[in-house]
Amino acid sequence: MRLPRRQHSVLPGFGLTLGFAVVYLSLVALIPMCALFLRARGLGWGGFWSTVTEPRVLAACRLSFGAAFIGASLNAVFGFVVAWTLVRYRFFGRRFIDAIIDLPFALPTAVSGIALTTIYAPNGWLGRALEPLGIKAVFTPLGVVIALTFIGLPFVVRTLQPALEDLEADVEEAAASLGASRTQTFRRVIFPAIIPSLLTGFALAFARALGEYGSVVFISGNLPGKTEIAPLLIVTQLEQYDYAGATAIAVLLLVISFAMLLVINALQRWSGRRHLRGV
Amino acid sequence: MSLRPATAEPRWLRTLLLAVTLLFLAAFLVTPLVAVFTEALRKGAGAYFAGFHDPAVRAAIRLTLLTAVIAVPVNVVFGLAAAWAVAKFEFPGKSLLTTLIDLPLAVSPVVSGLIYVLVFGLNGWLGPWLKAHDLQVIFAVPGIVLATVFVTLPFVARELIPLMQEQGTEDEESALTLGASGWQTFWRVTLPNVRWALLYGVILCNARAMGEFGAVSVVSGHIRGKTNTVPLQVEILYNEYNFVAAFAVASLLAMLALVTLAAKSFIEWRMTSAPASPAVPGDPT
Repeated sequence: MRLPRRQHSVLPGFGLTLGFAVVYLSLVALIPMCALFLRARGLGWGGFWSTVTEPRVLAACRLSFGAAFIGASLNAVFGFVVAWTLVRYRFFGRRFIDAIIDLPFALPTAVSGIALTTIYAPNGWLGRALEPLGIKAVFTPLGVVIALTFIGLPFVVRTLQPALEDLEADVEEAAASLGASRTQTFRRVIFPAIIPSLLTGFALAFARALGEYGSVVFISGNLPGKTEIAPLLIVTQLEQYDYAGATAIAVLLLVISFAMLLVINALQRWSGRRHLRGV
Repeated sequence: MSLRPATAEPRWLRTLLLAVTLLFLAAFLVTPLVAVFTEALRKGAGAYFAGFHDPAVRAAIRLTLLTAVIAVPVNVVFGLAAAWAVAKFEFPGKSLLTTLIDLPLAVSPVVSGLIYVLVFGLNGWLGPWLKAHDLQVIFAVPGIVLATVFVTLPFVARELIPLMQEQGTEDEESALTLGASGWQTFWRVTLPNVRWALLYGVILCNARAMGEFGAVSVVSGHIRGKTNTVPLQVEILYNEYNFVAAFAVASLLAMLALVTLAAKSFIEWRMTSAPASPAVPGDPT
């Protein structure tokens, strides 16, 4: 019998560090997650399905998916513009702006939540501007979209920035000297080169938005069937000691998280970069 | 007429893109940050500081500090161990391990809290045993620490792994050949090589540990003065319409965020301006 293939290394500590890492990861993360799946198995497929297809659950999932998708799409567009401006143009305050892009990561979600609610309330700084247009943001699905856009922005910008920096100037020069207009160069040369990173950023923003809780609960108002997101529904059911319901929705979210993680890994392999700074 | 290079956008487009960037970031990022401080100081400095005399707020600050003091070092040890194993050795299942390390980032914070309720809660796996021994994890401090450890688990490891992979094993091998012990090699060679990345990971880990809301909210039980962290205290004050106090406490967290961003920028600057390792002779790169 052959031992598992392991490159001969003179460095010590392989068994110790790998053993510790695996045991720690199992105790902190993997075994508790198994608890969730085992609990869900107790529901049976029928029980799981009937919970997940309840109208209130369906409405929450629709809102979570829809708002996360819109938020991630908005971020793909504006995040691209921001990343392009930061990489290509030199202007006053660029370094400062580059630093505050990560604010949504650094600011605790509860703080973002109450701040966004205050701003978009009818008497808030931005809510006051929206009110004459008949647009209500707080306690509506629009509020959910605003919170999820806020939370997802850094993912798109931070994945696009290195991709844009890596673009070789001579490729664009070649395109231009062969007679391509700036629009053609963008469509045929630049865009195909950054599309894997753009999709990665979109997927990261979407995955984060699906599970987001803190920044949404304040601005959404949490009306069942209207502005209640899936993670909040888990909390509500837990507070009512409905462990079965909470478990079923949690399993659904967790399976989607796994799937998103695989998609993101595949996208990152495609774009050739695994590491994303600061995320 | 001035000529513009063929690889630059026309002036109007550049101006437009810059304007969109600045407006978007002003509306989405700067306004919330400014709003926190404006709301906190709405009734003056006296009202602002009065918020911190509340014993419940002080208890929340103590609990948040305690949680971070436990969660960050534990995850530093884990991050160093995992990075050493993954970066310095080849073994089957390595990419699975690195994917699993990222898992807590992909999981909803609420689900992160729920899994501990299902293990340690009254109805959970260990619930009856814990009750028989008069121990409480959920709705108590241990649960809060555990949930925080879970959500902050990836931060140090994922900063260290790519850097240590890039650095390879040559430095360590030289040290060992020259007679250093394994620990000496780790303390004198590996650790100095990764110090900025480690600090970077610690800062991100700490920011998340002190700011985590969803996961902690599920396991905390919201017992005032006992199991409320600072973010949970913000929620309670806000829901009681005590807006000035809520934003005053929130401003502490916002300042933490600003310090985190400043430290992050500084370390990024240090890491990019650090002298590159000498090129290997014959290496075309």
